[in-house]
Amino acid sequence: MHLTIDGRRVEARDGATVLEAARGAGIRIPTLCHDPKLKPWGGCRLCIVEVQGMRGFPASCVTKAAEGMVVRTSTEAVTRLRRSVFEMILADHPLDCLTCRANQRCELQAVAATIGVTGQRLRPSERQPVRDDSNPFFLRDLRLCIMCARCVRACQELRCVGAIDVASRGYESRIAVFGDLPIGESSCESCGECVDVCPTGALWAKTETVLPTREVRTTCPYCGCGCGLVLGTEGGRIVSVVGDITNPSSHGSLCVKGRFGLDFVGSPDRLRKPLVRKQKGGKLEEAEWDEALDLVASRLRGIREAHGPDAIAGLSSAKTTNEENYLFQKMMRGAVGTNNVDHCARLCHASTVAGLAKSFGSGAMTNSMDELADADCIFVIGSNTTEAHPIVALRIKDAVHRGAKLVVADPRRIDLVRLSALHLRQRSGTDVALVNAMMHVIIAEGLANRTFVDAHTEGFAELADSVKAATPELAAGITGVPADDIRAAARLYAGAARASIVYSMGITQHTTGTDNVLTLANLSMLAGQIGRPSTGVNPLRGQNNVQGACDVGALPNVFPGYQPVADEAARRKFEAAWGVKLPAAPGLTVVEVLHAAEEGKIKALYILGENVALSDPNSTRARRALENAEFLVVQDIFMSETAEYADVVLPASCFAEKDGTFTNTERRVQRVRKALDPPGEAREDWRIICEISGRMGLAMPYTHPSEVMDELARLTPAYGGISFARIEDRGLQWPCRTPEDPGTGYLHQDGAFTRGAGKFHPTPFREPAELPDAEYPYLLTTGRLLEQFHTGTMTRRTAGLEKLAGPAPFEINPDDAARDGIADGDMVALTTRRGTVTARAEVTERSPKGTLFMPFHFKEAAANVLTNDALDPVAKIPEFKVCAVRLGPHGPGSG
Amino acid sequence: MTRLATPAALAGWRKTLQAAIDPKKPKLTVCGGTGCRANGSVELAEDFAKALHGAPDRSVELKLSGCHGFCQQGPIVLADPEGFFYRGVGLGDRARDVGEILEETFGKNRPVARLLYEDPRTGEKIPRHRDIPFYAKQHRIALRNNGRIDPNSLGDYVAADGYAALALALTLAPDEIIASMKKSGLRGRGGAGFPTGDKWALCRNAADRTMRHVICNGDEGDPGAFMDRSIMEGDPHSVLEGMAIGAYAMSGGICPAEGVIYVRAEYPLAVQNLGAAIRDAEAAGLLGDGILGTTFNFHVKIKEGAGAFVCGEETAMTASIEGRRGTPSPRPPYPAQRGLFGKPSNINNVETWANVPPILTRGAEWYAGIGTATSKGTKVFSLVGKVRNCGLVEVPMGTTLSEVVEGIGGGVPGGKPLKSVQTGGPSGGCIPAAQLGLPVDYEQLAKAGSIMGSGGLVVMDEDTCMVDIARYFLQFTRTESCGKCAPCRLGTRQMLLVLQEITAGKGTPAHLALLEEVASAVKVTSLCGLGSTAPNPVLTTLKCFREEYEEHVNASTCRAFVCSAMVSYFVEADRCIGCGACARACPTGACRGEKKKLHVIDQSICTKCGSCLAACPGVAAAVYRKSGDLTRREPQQKRPAAAKAA
Repeated sequence: MHLTIDGRRVEARDGATVLEAARGAGIRIPTLCHDPKLKPWGGCRLCIVEVQGMRGFPASCVTKAAEGMVVRTSTEAVTRLRRSVFEMILADHPLDCLTCRANQRCELQAVAATIGVTGQRLRPSERQPVRDDSNPFFLRDLRLCIMCARCVRACQELRCVGAIDVASRGYESRIAVFGDLPIGESSCESCGECVDVCPTGALWAKTETVLPTREVRTTCPYCGCGCGLVLGTEGGRIVSVVGDITNPSSHGSLCVKGRFGLDFVGSPDRLRKPLVRKQKGGKLEEAEWDEALDLVASRLRGIREAHGPDAIAGLSSAKTTNEENYLFQKMMRGAVGTNNVDHCARLCHASTVAGLAKSFGSGAMTNSMDELADADCIFVIGSNTTEAHPIVALRIKDAVHRGAKLVVADPRRIDLVRLSALHLRQRSGTDVALVNAMMHVIIAEGLANRTFVDAHTEGFAELADSVKAATPELAAGITGVPADDIRAAARLYAGAARASIVYSMGITQHTTGTDNVLTLANLSMLAGQIGRPSTGVNPLRGQNNVQGACDVGALPNVFPGYQPVADEAARRKFEAAWGVKLPAAPGLTVVEVLHAAEEGKIKALYILGENVALSDPNSTRARRALENAEFLVVQDIFMSETAEYADVVLPASCFAEKDGTFTNTERRVQRVRKALDPPGEAREDWRIICEISGRMGLAMPYTHPSEVMDELARLTPAYGGISFARIEDRGLQWPCRTPEDPGTGYLHQDGAFTRGAGKFHPTPFREPAELPDAEYPYLLTTGRLLEQFHTGTMTRRTAGLEKLAGPAPFEINPDDAARDGIADGDMVALTTRRGTVTARAEVTERSPKGTLFMPFHFKEAAANVLTNDALDPVAKIPEFKVCAVRLGPHGPGSG
Repeated sequence: MTRLATPAALAGWRKTLQAAIDPKKPKLTVCGGTGCRANGSVELAEDFAKALHGAPDRSVELKLSGCHGFCQQGPIVLADPEGFFYRGVGLGDRARDVGEILEETFGKNRPVARLLYEDPRTGEKIPRHRDIPFYAKQHRIALRNNGRIDPNSLGDYVAADGYAALALALTLAPDEIIASMKKSGLRGRGGAGFPTGDKWALCRNAADRTMRHVICNGDEGDPGAFMDRSIMEGDPHSVLEGMAIGAYAMSGGICPAEGVIYVRAEYPLAVQNLGAAIRDAEAAGLLGDGILGTTFNFHVKIKEGAGAFVCGEETAMTASIEGRRGTPSPRPPYPAQRGLFGKPSNINNVETWANVPPILTRGAEWYAGIGTATSKGTKVFSLVGKVRNCGLVEVPMGTTLSEVVEGIGGGVPGGKPLKSVQTGGPSGGCIPAAQLGLPVDYEQLAKAGSIMGSGGLVVMDEDTCMVDIARYFLQFTRTESCGKCAPCRLGTRQMLLVLQEITAGKGTPAHLALLEEVASAVKVTSLCGLGSTAPNPVLTTLKCFREEYEEHVNASTCRAFVCSAMVSYFVEADRCIGCGACARACPTGACRGEKKKLHVIDQSICTKCGSCLAACPGVAAAVYRKSGDLTRREPQQKRPAAAKAA
């Protein structure tokens, strides 16, 4: 489409506004209420233009460009009117710019500079200063507000939170919280999207006190969403964090952790020098790097000589980069000589990898985050998306805004329930029964996509047989979900043009985890809801780089790219590439490693950035394993609970201090960039691994992580086309096999499954390993809170997050609380067969009757002291999500 | 009520109803409109009922009707068959009024003289409704049933040819109906005057063919305007019938249609009567599913607005109906493309809908024969201000302002000269007396810098200060601006502040220039109609009454003696009778004097409240005012002794 703007012929995409068309051509039109992330608003009226054939002065932000349109952006009349309107806005705003935090960043200043303001002829503002300091991360100063409503729109359109709105009318209209309360007492999720879009100093991040001198685009270190961050630094500190609007996964959005939760980077608690425990039972003492590295290498060599390489195990880290994970597994396999390498994926998505590999041939999110927004039905099961994957939740909310039907299956009344068409409140651990009944309905009512099933799958007859008896009525008895709701869910899912399944730990962390995943894969194939955009089976990965750590081989049974260690050809390939002999027997998994250490079979442990003392189930046992180990190396950025047990602690670097890549939940490989130097003598993890590997006999003479990626790409077909140069601007989604491959948005296109035909696996229902009984009457389930992350080593060093989500709550239904005489805020002892912790009761309808929920972030009441370490037989994932618990003595909290 | 399963059943029922009407039968119609209710008309009707119950020999039909329009005279009672028009009934001794009306009218067949309307100019008593100039000169189409039928009686409406148009419409093709609407020349009565037939056609032809929302805009918000309220209260079925016809025309053969009436919560009687009418019409098969035995379904819901003026704007209204904050959105998309809940929607004003049934039954040609070349039919005005006969008047388009103000309104009371007529509500403009010959239609009013609006007509005399009037209306629009767009939110305040400074005597010539600049900017840069018309009172007064502004800023003079900062109060030595009334009334002690001696006003502590002027007995009329070089003395009245003799 072409139009003429200010006499110039300008090209514009269909559907573009006049403002967009002008901007695209480099023609500047001033505006204050426009933000590319938000729907056009037309409120500030500064962007008025003249359009031939149109009456008056249309606002260009809300006027669609049209073929042949003739637009003039700065006629005498437009300029005069624009100045009049701007003078009105300016008259209502204080002019104490030099003392304003927003000085030099203020869009009002910028517009004043382009429009040119002559004198102050209008009557000044009568606004009373209203400062709201109630949010720990940002300040509201309504005196500086120009009522562009960008914050309100961001909160409603982008986040679907609606904590703020415009209250009152006319000149009195103002941005307010429901009931005119401070924002700290609202439904605000502190995501800071409003702060990001505010053009003035009315909303200001408290951390931003000076302007950054350097800005670095990188990737968020928290969950698997993989949001783009722009870190602003000054004087060796991070002074600002904004969302990277060019990031294809997050489009500029961030959550409270990514935006405000990076205090840990500059924390005084950071490890700055290697620590060595000279003798068992002694103290950890500071040491020089060479001393520490030599000690590690010599001890590992000694143990290998005495007990063989399989007496050594390494736990890699889903928080470190792909390159570091690659080097770590290369070191374990090539330098140490064992396949005993695993990482925390074992505890979150081992069942996904196992299940989806069996069904489809590939264990990752089948579709992309953005595609969710275009789905017609989204079935969210076992994922508290808003809290655990906030940016994925935004796409789900977008879909609901578009009219999609959201079906939430979750025992808890999670945030997404308020947007859902249907909430299935299944008893924890009965997902298989629920989904089998949905498939029963789909088959019985003729809703199955037989064309797809016949053309692209195998095993349908066995599946049909296995769900024949699984009636909704039967399932209702097991799951507690009304039979009609199961029917309705089945119809919504199978009947939609494009339906997506989204799941997470609620599915995977069970002794039936693999079955849970298989049954969801069955469901998708049965309805033909896979292999097309906005369909698929979408496991949300928990850590920033858990997908990548798996991809690059930090697993005991596979080399990078899921090439089995037991496979002769694969082994030959890696032996040739690395120039060493490699072991053929698959190694031990995380929980198996710890059990083996407890039994004395594993003598040495090298733990990279994991906090197994808190994160692993039945942690009393995990701690015993750490104690038992003859030699323990911990490489971390903090003195974690696990590091307390170490013989050598190596000070490492965090995400902001090194180059590399992370692979997010939608398989997108994205750059991580160095913004700061590591504190003290701390070193980049990849350099430390190279040093140790070299001392163990396998030289790693890399000078930059990009060289590691190049080697990785050569050996890993799915990463074959990925290099630092290609992902400089925009990450690529694997499979990306050649330098020309644009990457893959969704897998198994048109039923072409990775494994050939998709395979149905009948999954008969099994109960969880431990169920409530007379002695332990409650069911305990665990999960995340929005404001905290994992064992809290990072988030709990940000005081504001601690204020928003302090230690250590557990949720109990009001009926249960009333029966046990527990009041909100009481400190209550929770006991399972494995241990006891004391936590603060939060009496809420969110938890169903009979079920207690506990976040696992808090060491004060470590949930994993309670959880069951019974394993899924296939994936070896422990059953974090169900165990039996009883409530002990309780009394009022200390405040 | 049994359902009317066919159009024939409706016609049959109407015939029965009409046959039962005996034009000779004695009948009392008490006005039950909001104005008369406020003066006790419901209690009055109850008293009539009791009196009639106690006199079984008197077979008098009693009816509580909708508003008559002549609200200033309420409570109003019509006595048929003679057509006697009683005014102010029950304001004094209600029992006496009730007794005498029954006794005289029906017993002796003569009117109760003291309750009759008196021509304010001639003093002549006019017994019959039809002879009163206020009514005689009107042409009632939209108000055709108001004051005649019981709004809560479907039978009354049907007997008055109600729902005949709907029955007819259902036999026509939707496009025929739209063609007929176009031919009639009916334009939106909400203010902007968009041709109704064209609007319906846009909605009918919208690309989305899944739903049509048909909305009645009953969010009447202009101060002093109450025509829509009167129709909703007094003739609710006429609105429903119009909407049903529109719904059929816009959705027939395409998709389902649903109706919403958006009515202010401040109109409880309208909400009540509309609700009852919807229930009755649905029970009779005139609304709801399978209307008159056809396959056409149309349900209407009532949505009560919370009293925001801006919600009369279409996009703000749809937002409000959807449960969102009632703020306007830029158009396009127009409601006809994407309106309520994202579906093609049509919004017409109450009065527009009420015009639809007669157009269909009496024909588009008939309607197009009334009015001017571009503005057809009639328009209801709410005539208020400094005029003798206040109330609702419906006149053909093209009637001159002077005909409305002088002929129907009876002119300005007290013999004072008329200064201006303000039309179009707070967003309208002031038309000077010299232009009173202006025929009222959309184009002429626009040419005069004003608008038709929803039909407010405020008459102003020499005691009205035009600067103060502009300030008054700006106060309203400043408060009612929704706050979304900058020029309206901020510009209305700037204009108001400048006007306040001028009326407070702090004005300079620069004030006028600034006012003009801000007003022009707000007019063309605002997002919606509220903002783009808000400066009208300023711009039209600046244009037509500039000399008053100049007197304010240059000579500290308010010729209407309204702007108190420029007015001083004095006691005329020759006239003061030393009665002390002014001193007793003065709240600050500025007015002092000994008994029987001259009183004086201490200018240094006078707050210019005007109490002294009000208190000074008319026979003396000693208190006078000065503003700049102007002086105003009140005329002295004749001594009471002389009056007694007369």
